[in-house]
Amino acid sequence: MSTHSISKGCFVFKPPSKKRRVRQETASNSTERKNDSEDTELRFASCQSLWAQIKLETEKIQENLNKQLLDNLVSFLRRSHSEFQEKTTEWSCQMKSREIPTAALVLGVNVTDHDMTFKSLSEVLQDDITPYVALLEAKDCPGIKNLMQKLMGQLMNCCIDIDEDSFEDDSHVQVSQNKIRCSMTSLINWYKSVMKKTDSETTRKKRNSSSRHWQSPPVVVIFKDMESFTTKVLQDFIVISSHHIHELPLALIFGIATSPMIIHSLLPHSVSSLLCIELFQSLSCKEHLSTIIDKLLLTAWCPFKLGEKVLKVLINIFLYHDFSVQNFIKGFQLCIVEHFYSQPLSVLCCELVDAKKRVNTLSHNQCENIRRLPSFRRYVESQVSENQIALLTSDSFLKEVTQKLLEDLQLYHENYVSVLRCLHVFTSSLPKYPLGKQIRELHCACLENQVWETEEYESSLQLARMLNKSDLVTMLQQCVEIFVSSSGKEFDKTVEKLKEFLTQFQELEAEAFEEDVSVSSEKELQKKTDLYHLQKTLLELKESRRSKKLTKFEMLRFEVVDYIDSLVRNYLVPADHKTLYEVVYFNTASVLRGHLNAAPRTALHTALNNPYCYLKNQALKSDGGSISNKAPDICIAYKLHLECGRLINLVDWLECPF
Amino acid sequence: MPNLEHPAYPAATLLHLESLVPCRESQVSLLLSIFGERQQFSLPSIFIYGHTSSGKTYVMQTLLNTLQLPHVFVNCVEYFSSRLLLEEILIQLQSYSSKIEQSSHVPCDSLNDFVGLFKQVVASQELQDQTLYIVLDRAEQLREMEANILPAFLRLQELTDRNVTVVLLSEIVWELFRPSIGCFEPFTLYFPDYSIGHLQKILSQNHPPEYSADFYAAYINILLGVFYMVCRDLKELQHLAVLNFSKYCEPVVRGEANERDTRKLWKNIEPHLKKAMQTVYLREISSSQWESFQRGSGEPGQLKGLSAHTHVELPYYSKFLLIAAYLASYNPVRTDKRFFLKHHGKIRKTNFMKKQEKTSNHLLGPKPFPLDRLLAILYSIVDNRVPPTANIFSQVMRTFTQVLPKSWVSENSWEVRTAE
Repeated sequence: MSTHSISKGCFVFKPPSKKRRVRQETASNSTERKNDSEDTELRFASCQSLWAQIKLETEKIQENLNKQLLDNLVSFLRRSHSEFQEKTTEWSCQMKSREIPTAALVLGVNVTDHDMTFKSLSEVLQDDITPYVALLEAKDCPGIKNLMQKLMGQLMNCCIDIDEDSFEDDSHVQVSQNKIRCSMTSLINWYKSVMKKTDSETTRKKRNSSSRHWQSPPVVVIFKDMESFTTKVLQDFIVISSHHIHELPLALIFGIATSPMIIHSLLPHSVSSLLCIELFQSLSCKEHLSTIIDKLLLTAWCPFKLGEKVLKVLINIFLYHDFSVQNFIKGFQLCIVEHFYSQPLSVLCCELVDAKKRVNTLSHNQCENIRRLPSFRRYVESQVSENQIALLTSDSFLKEVTQKLLEDLQLYHENYVSVLRCLHVFTSSLPKYPLGKQIRELHCACLENQVWETEEYESSLQLARMLNKSDLVTMLQQCVEIFVSSSGKEFDKTVEKLKEFLTQFQELEAEAFEEDVSVSSEKELQKKTDLYHLQKTLLELKESRRSKKLTKFEMLRFEVVDYIDSLVRNYLVPADHKTLYEVVYFNTASVLRGHLNAAPRTALHTALNNPYCYLKNQALKSDGGSISNKAPDICIAYKLHLECGRLINLVDWLECPF
Repeated sequence: MPNLEHPAYPAATLLHLESLVPCRESQVSLLLSIFGERQQFSLPSIFIYGHTSSGKTYVMQTLLNTLQLPHVFVNCVEYFSSRLLLEEILIQLQSYSSKIEQSSHVPCDSLNDFVGLFKQVVASQELQDQTLYIVLDRAEQLREMEANILPAFLRLQELTDRNVTVVLLSEIVWELFRPSIGCFEPFTLYFPDYSIGHLQKILSQNHPPEYSADFYAAYINILLGVFYMVCRDLKELQHLAVLNFSKYCEPVVRGEANERDTRKLWKNIEPHLKKAMQTVYLREISSSQWESFQRGSGEPGQLKGLSAHTHVELPYYSKFLLIAAYLASYNPVRTDKRFFLKHHGKIRKTNFMKKQEKTSNHLLGPKPFPLDRLLAILYSIVDNRVPPTANIFSQVMRTFTQVLPKSWVSENSWEVRTAE
């Protein structure tokens, strides 16, 4: 809460009630204004359902990506203690010092994503291996005592969860008792008692649930952020638990953000020699992002699209700041919400079938909104005059046209994705990657403007004209696969054409073999000439090469590249050239930047320099540089300070009331 | 070698004891003579020290167990607070004889309570006519507890007026224990490191049943030849011996060599052990991975140690933040203007040459620096303009808490060691 005085003092504010009322008023105002005509509720509902769908999809993607890692971990934990249980009598097992099985889980620097991974990890563990999983965080464990407390609390709770009905009061007593003594011995006693219980249970009832976990399941302790734990706590815990590893089958999981070497820098050799460390590496977050973009943005199923600027903002935040896929998805969610909130026509941003139905029920107001869209105006101008009049006057005709246009837009998206992937196949293997290595860069370039007019595209085409045959053939095969699997129906001809190219290449191979023979015999002749003649012939050869006709292969290569170029020109038109693109594209990057990448210093500066910007008081409106005398004291003080800061002692100023 | 002799115990038991504690006979016999007979009062406190795995804990345990002396064995790391420690001693004492009143848990908050309770417990049992031994392993932890714990344990006999001896085991010398106010001086006993001969003797004692003792001893000899230079830890050596023994036996199992063919066996095992020294011993790869590698006997390329994964992917600005922090912590403030400003004016060469630093800044270690300086350097080293957004500020905190130990990051200043 700001005051108009810059001096210290007590101020009484009673704003909350007023503020809330104001907000309610504006809210109700807006609903009143828009509710009748602009389908607010419908928009809200479709936003919700779309987000739910996307959330489901991203979770599925994440699950798939983590599957390999989790499987490896599970099998490691399963192996870790079973060996000792099976052959305790063997000589080697008796003699070997028993180490604590430890999984070093390298997750990358994107800490915000880790929660999700750990959540699914502990779920998987609880399903497959052991009910006893404890998750420790560094901020909860400043000392070994807190660590033990936390650990025991979590373990004993999870025990209660399992047999809640029969042993509730029993375990309750245990917990309260152990609150006083949190030591490893009491933990071991608890473990033994639990084992006994489950043993007797299985023999008595032959429960199905307990057969999932095998006899004496390990106790898994997960250290979420290994780097932040203090060295002493970790060391003590490891030393203590290694004393009791025979009684309590413990397994550790270290969540590591940087590199596994941190284990050695945190733990001395005497402690790390108590561990049996195996390394597990999660997928790099960049690959994760590419998958998300691939499955979420470059698909036809998702009706909502990101504009070029917005996408760049999101990707930049990812690459420059946090590497966090979670934050990327959150940003995506924000875009969806903003789009559905600010664009009245976003009601049409849904599945094509639904959209067509919704077009029919549009109000007159909404029709006017459509007419106001810049892309639609461009479309109208391109029509013949009768059509123009009809579009601008008759709502029903407009609706008809809108349906057709939406269909076109959908088709465009389907084709766009396939052709983009095809182009990516070509550009991603060129030297120096003029159009970017990742498909997302290519996507951005295509969204930005007509890609075929850029220099990068020109140079990549030139490079493509120098590709060798084997590369070209494999690329063409990949393209064929992409087109065959795509949903667009227009590509039958393209596939045929590409296949034709492929067969031509094969034919060439046979011919080339014959040619080779003749060329080599020619060369042999040349070898026997003297130096002068050699020079002469070489010069001639050079001449002839300059004017030489292209070989068949080169001709064909040109043809292929030209064909790809024509595909690009046909299908990779930037989205803002399409009519009605505003309905599905969100492109107000400034809003997003304000929300996600706020600049506190800049905001303060504007507030002090130009108070009108935030206070919206007409009296404060100033014209260029000068500040009106009605501005808050602090603004004037700031201004003066900027002008002659050396003469002002800020402390004195802020101390004395004036 | 002095044979153990003591009038109080039967000769057979002593002989058994001697076989259990090879190379520690002199220490054991000294301890035995200090302990005296069962009912005799012994020294109030004994302090035993020696390097890691010089058999302190093992000797005490076997001594007390084989002679069946009443004792309490507590690890001070495990019972980290004085309260836990005292309670644990009492619990072990309770369980010692009377099985009737089990699990009657008595809270014991201070040493005063402890002395009272201790008297009670001892009085209620048949321990009165025997010396009770309280062994505190890893006793260096006692120094971190309340100030009265250590002195009180040293003269527990006097405080409780019971026949009790406290044995402290530690890896550091007594001089580091002595509190400033002085205390009762315990009898100190040093356990020297095992020599290579001792190690050889102890390690070859437990040979696998399938092979002869000589065969195993030869193997141990080779093992020590490789590892003695880097590792004298008995436990670790034992572990390594077991891990690699199957490889040593390989030629014998395949029938390519017999048990006395030492040269052939050596040729087979030596490179393998050297590899083990670089990997398993350093915990670069785990012992279970090593075992499976032995069994599979191939694909050494697959075994990548922990240090093979040093590559860390960092966001763009994080990299520059680290560089900026490094520069800020090693460069003196006065050079900032010269390094990071475009128009810094001329430097007077003579002046600069005179003031050349005597020692390299790297030898002095990193210095703390304010956050503003870090950010200023960051803005100047990044090529394009860095918007001072909230993301950057949060990134600063995140990056440094991850890369550096927690204690180095304080509210307003950071220190950076030679990161990356």
